[in-house]
Amino acid sequence: MKIALLGNPNTGKSSVFNLITGLRQQVGNFPGVTVEKKTGTLQIDGNSHTIIDFPGTYSLYPRSKDEQVVYSVLSNEDSEDYPDVVVVVVDQSNLERNLFLFSQIYDLGLPTILVLNMTDLAQRNGLSVDADKLKTFFPAAQIVSTNARVGMGKERLMTAIADMAQAAPERRTPIPLCPIDDVTCQEQEAKARYTYIHQVIDSSLSRVDKEKKAAVSSLDRLFVHPVFGYIIFAAILFVVFQFIFAFAVIPMDLIDTGFAEFAGWLSLSMPNGVFSDLICQGIIPGIGGVLVFVPQIALLFFFISILEETGYLSRVVFIMDRLMRPLGLNGKSVVPLMSSVACAIPGVMATRTIADWKERMITILVAPLMSCSARIPVYTLLIALVIPKTRILGIFNLQGLVLFGLYTLGLVAALVVAALLKFILKSRDKGFLMLELPSFKSPRWGNVGITVWEKVKVFILDAGKVILAISILLWALATYGPSESMKKNIAKAKKESKELHLSEEKTNHRVASAKMESSYIGHLGHFIEPAIQPLGYDWKIGISLITSFAAREVFVGSLSTIYAVNETDNVNKRLIDKMRAEKRSDGTKVYTLAAGASLMVFYVFAMQCMATLAVVKRETNSWKWPLIQIGFMGVLAYFGAMITFHLLS
Amino acid sequence: MSAKLSEIKNGNCATVTSIEDSSIRLKLMEMGLLPGKSVTVLFRAPLGDPIAIDVNGYILSLRLDEAALILVEEPSLAIA
Repeated sequence: MKIALLGNPNTGKSSVFNLITGLRQQVGNFPGVTVEKKTGTLQIDGNSHTIIDFPGTYSLYPRSKDEQVVYSVLSNEDSEDYPDVVVVVVDQSNLERNLFLFSQIYDLGLPTILVLNMTDLAQRNGLSVDADKLKTFFPAAQIVSTNARVGMGKERLMTAIADMAQAAPERRTPIPLCPIDDVTCQEQEAKARYTYIHQVIDSSLSRVDKEKKAAVSSLDRLFVHPVFGYIIFAAILFVVFQFIFAFAVIPMDLIDTGFAEFAGWLSLSMPNGVFSDLICQGIIPGIGGVLVFVPQIALLFFFISILEETGYLSRVVFIMDRLMRPLGLNGKSVVPLMSSVACAIPGVMATRTIADWKERMITILVAPLMSCSARIPVYTLLIALVIPKTRILGIFNLQGLVLFGLYTLGLVAALVVAALLKFILKSRDKGFLMLELPSFKSPRWGNVGITVWEKVKVFILDAGKVILAISILLWALATYGPSESMKKNIAKAKKESKELHLSEEKTNHRVASAKMESSYIGHLGHFIEPAIQPLGYDWKIGISLITSFAAREVFVGSLSTIYAVNETDNVNKRLIDKMRAEKRSDGTKVYTLAAGASLMVFYVFAMQCMATLAVVKRETNSWKWPLIQIGFMGVLAYFGAMITFHLLS
Repeated sequence: MSAKLSEIKNGNCATVTSIEDSSIRLKLMEMGLLPGKSVTVLFRAPLGDPIAIDVNGYILSLRLDEAALILVEEPSLAIA
């Protein structure tokens, strides 16, 4: 049996879903659209039922692409997700508006279960619902009351579903929906429904304190306060980023070194050959490259889902909306952009809450311009290389100022591009907010845990596939090359090493370096050299630019391979010395201030992260948007770097 | 006295009389804003926009230009 779970947002629908399915959930997409579809299985009396969690919506007539799924599934009996039974979750403390959606669904004629949720909140507000009277208005519905947040009512709901499965009630004659584009019909329906709902409420809802006046809660006074509101938000951000930067680093390093050591160990214990190279240099580092993002993603979604569960996040949207709007963004863009300072991947994933297509697209497109943590190794190396350690005005460390400047440059670029995209992207709908500010609640740790688990799972399974594939491709390009020239270069490197009486380790590095130069990627480096010369780069930097397409921090690793430094010593120092000493054929230094600054600007702007591309592809369901993104960011990076180079040289 | 919802002061109550024809009229109606509904303006964001209103016990936030589409009647304070 197929069961559809429906309801308004903020009714505890996901609590109900988690309550009856536990961890037996799968996340996918509705066919043909990017809307997240959570499916769970339910075992009742040895029978297995599928339950589909639909996006929260206030009406069957959609106002966003996400909500359209509800209409298109429920209005089409041939849809593969068309349910046999519908379960509608209703917030008892807000019965009037919730019954609107319920009555629409009830009229579809499907066997319907009405879940009166949030019993505690209703009681606190002095409201009580008379289920028997309610049933007289909706005689065919089964009514169950629950308080899913504390796990109350699970048995009752399960029994109701089991009854439905057994009795297999006849479908009632449906009252047809209005056509999706006939707004007049829908408006008339809305009026008629609310008139009916008022009768329902008058008869079945009793209010203890009839004269209770609407009041602003003290938390709201604080959170939307013109001064304290922003201070609190800034403080929360500070704590979250402390966690992400200070603590995510520990598991990330563990994953990083763990995979490196595992690959090293495996390559020693496997017979030499292409197969072992593929596994140890392509696949294992590729998997490591996926898993290394997991701690940040998990931590970030841990905090975001707590803020969301408590109802605080909608207050942030509320105080930020006016500031973001001139930029074509939405108050809801704040969280994705802030997340992107840690990593654009969870940032892009967090844009799902933005209902307006255009505002969501702009947010996704500019999010990777925020300087993420993967740029830090690149920035630090380059700053140490070309920026002197002087102090400005006696207090400011110039290197620190440059680092701050790079972050600011990314932020400003994101905001400016957003403002430009506002005029470029066409959308028929005018952006709107119309956001419910839910009542404050303490977070349910079970829901938080499930959210984190799901986000991590989706990232590993979906984005992971693409990241792994590109890692293997890059490995192949760096390993293979036109065989003649490759053999010649390797032989030459070996011969030179022998003549210089180098140790085995140094010989290996020299060979690796020669191998990379004559590989396809080396040839690519030479091939793009004319194009990157105006930016101040040579072909060796070119190779690093190409390989760091996988991930920005690969830049450092590639440079060390190319310059064949001994990695057993302090990597940065040795690499820096090598880089400082690096000369062009005409004897001038490669890493001048101009070239170094040009590289920094390049890394601020360039879309050097296949993981983000994979996620953007997943979130927008097409290669069009990631390609546009790579294009405009590439143009920004190229010309930004060129201008920097020419201004400074 | 008739006014737009966007002009109502914080803490004041008003009754919806009509909503101007627009792409979001249906959505506003579905959220419970129908003629005859009494709402209270609760608070405003720091720059005065958006505003938060109480509709039947839940808080709805609207951008100022969305609220300007909603015409309301403010009850006269004098009680006979």
